[in-house]
Amino acid sequence: MEMALLEKISDYCWQIPIQGKMRVPVIIYGSEKIIQAMDQKVAEQASNVASLPGIVKASFVMPDAHWGYGFPIGGVAAYDPEEEGVISAGGVGFDISCGVRTLLTGLQEKDIQPIKNKLADLLFKEIPAGVGSHGKIYLDKEQMNKMLVGGAKWAIENGYGLQKDLSRIEEEGCMPGADPHAVSNLAKERQAREMGTLGSGNHYAEVQVVGKIFDETIAKVFSLQQGDIVVSIHCGSRGLGHQIGTDYLKEMVVCAQKLKIDLPERELACAPITSELGKRYLGAMRAGINCAFANRQIITHLIRKVFLFFFPGIEMPLLYDVSHNTCKVEKHKVNGQLKELYVHRKGATRAYGPNQQEIPEDYRTVGQPVLIGGSMGTHSYILVGTTQSERLAFSSAVHGAGRAMSRSKALKEWKGKEIIRSLEEKGIIIRAVSERGVAEEAPLAYKDVSDVVEAAHKADLAKLVARLDPLICIKG
Amino acid sequence: MNFSLVYSAAFRWETFPHMADIGIRGFGNSPKEALEAVSFALISVITDPQKIEPQRALNICCEADSYDLILYDWLNSLIFKMATENMLFCRFDICLSLPSLQGVVWGETVDRHKHSPAVEIKGATFSELFFGQGKDGLWIAQCIVDV
Repeated sequence: MEMALLEKISDYCWQIPIQGKMRVPVIIYGSEKIIQAMDQKVAEQASNVASLPGIVKASFVMPDAHWGYGFPIGGVAAYDPEEEGVISAGGVGFDISCGVRTLLTGLQEKDIQPIKNKLADLLFKEIPAGVGSHGKIYLDKEQMNKMLVGGAKWAIENGYGLQKDLSRIEEEGCMPGADPHAVSNLAKERQAREMGTLGSGNHYAEVQVVGKIFDETIAKVFSLQQGDIVVSIHCGSRGLGHQIGTDYLKEMVVCAQKLKIDLPERELACAPITSELGKRYLGAMRAGINCAFANRQIITHLIRKVFLFFFPGIEMPLLYDVSHNTCKVEKHKVNGQLKELYVHRKGATRAYGPNQQEIPEDYRTVGQPVLIGGSMGTHSYILVGTTQSERLAFSSAVHGAGRAMSRSKALKEWKGKEIIRSLEEKGIIIRAVSERGVAEEAPLAYKDVSDVVEAAHKADLAKLVARLDPLICIKG
Repeated sequence: MNFSLVYSAAFRWETFPHMADIGIRGFGNSPKEALEAVSFALISVITDPQKIEPQRALNICCEADSYDLILYDWLNSLIFKMATENMLFCRFDICLSLPSLQGVVWGETVDRHKHSPAVEIKGATFSELFFGQGKDGLWIAQCIVDV
């Protein structure tokens, strides 16, 4: 990104002042090194986001941002319904509520070393992953609608998990306001056989060891100790979310044209929050969030079954579950006044600081766990939300490493087999459907996640708690 | 000789880089040819189209008032059919007369050993969506797909 365009506010905060059609400035978080490496298109897209009606405060860019479509990935923007604010399908993305959840195991690395390969094989066998994989669950229309309303709660009622899991999921695993009738039959058809599937691309299930603790006090609250084994799942709302994105993006393009909303590019297609289309999309998007909750809950169940096979009697409580691609109604202070806003987080995580009612009671005094997924073979991180983040970016933080290289370039640079072998030499087992897929997801095709979380930490968006190192990675 | 091999070789298509996703582009002497070509580019994101055999046919119909919207719908229909029918396609017969598109696509069920599919496509986007003639009169159909 051209630094000449930016005004420096602090070492980790930069601004693009209001210009052209922008209604608010763009605020970019990150070190100079990270922002220099960020593609120029991020500045352009974030400025476009700043031009949409009803935007409040600023168009925010997280340190892991990269060029998306319409909104940048790693973009945060809040719109006020009282100021003709909009909701944008492109501002949520196709993979609605894609997110990360982490499970505690109570095991140590030495416990799994003797069975590491067998554990990897069984996880790969039991978790449906990759193109053309279907789960063992088929949902008819009635069950589909119930799942879309109930989310993880529905999954648990149907035997996939523990009641106590719910308190450790955003929205307690069940997003209110979901409207299954706002979800097309095509979306439901696409999802019918995809419950409990991982998907492909950057989605994974990973067995990790806690490699480093940065904050002993908070780590203790999160039940994390150095050397502990945890399991993380990164996936989303699968075909249902993708189809909701497709359906509503098209409808919003037509709507924006009719309402003469000035769109710098069509991917910013949106509808007024108070419009019939806006409300319908919200109902469908919330159903998509519930689908992601249910999906991650079923995968959790499959993982627990595998671990139970090797470790009879093991309990695997949920640490937390966070979503990345959402639009949520939240109350935030704007010019000293508390307002109800529609906060779009596309490739960004909610990161509430301490004392928020929405956080599980156990964590309320310290803040919300913020789970940052790494790329295959790299570290992942656990952070905690800060009080400052409310003022800085509507309580938002980074979501992952963010891509640094296109898939085409990654394919030219690496071979899947070589990556699998080199990771194995480092003690990381990869099980994947496609070698080409592994090459496209090569660790070096992503930004350095450690740099990204350090920037988030130093910018006060969230604070470092623990580093997770991969041992087994199941890829789609 | 494998039919799909001959068929895909007759079309000019390519993929182009995008930071998070991937661009697809097809060329032709007519809108129909460009659409058929970009369909191969779409499949190539997942696997080599030459690995797919035309064992089963499906009908796909779309309707839109403009070329770019019909391209958006066509690609999304292919993505939907691949997901719900668990198939990959290698032959596309298209009859295009705006606002209507009638298509017959041939392909086979995904075989993970044979096709080694790299990545799932979530949807076609409006990013760099273009369906029209270039300066040389050649038809171009392109867009970024979310993977």
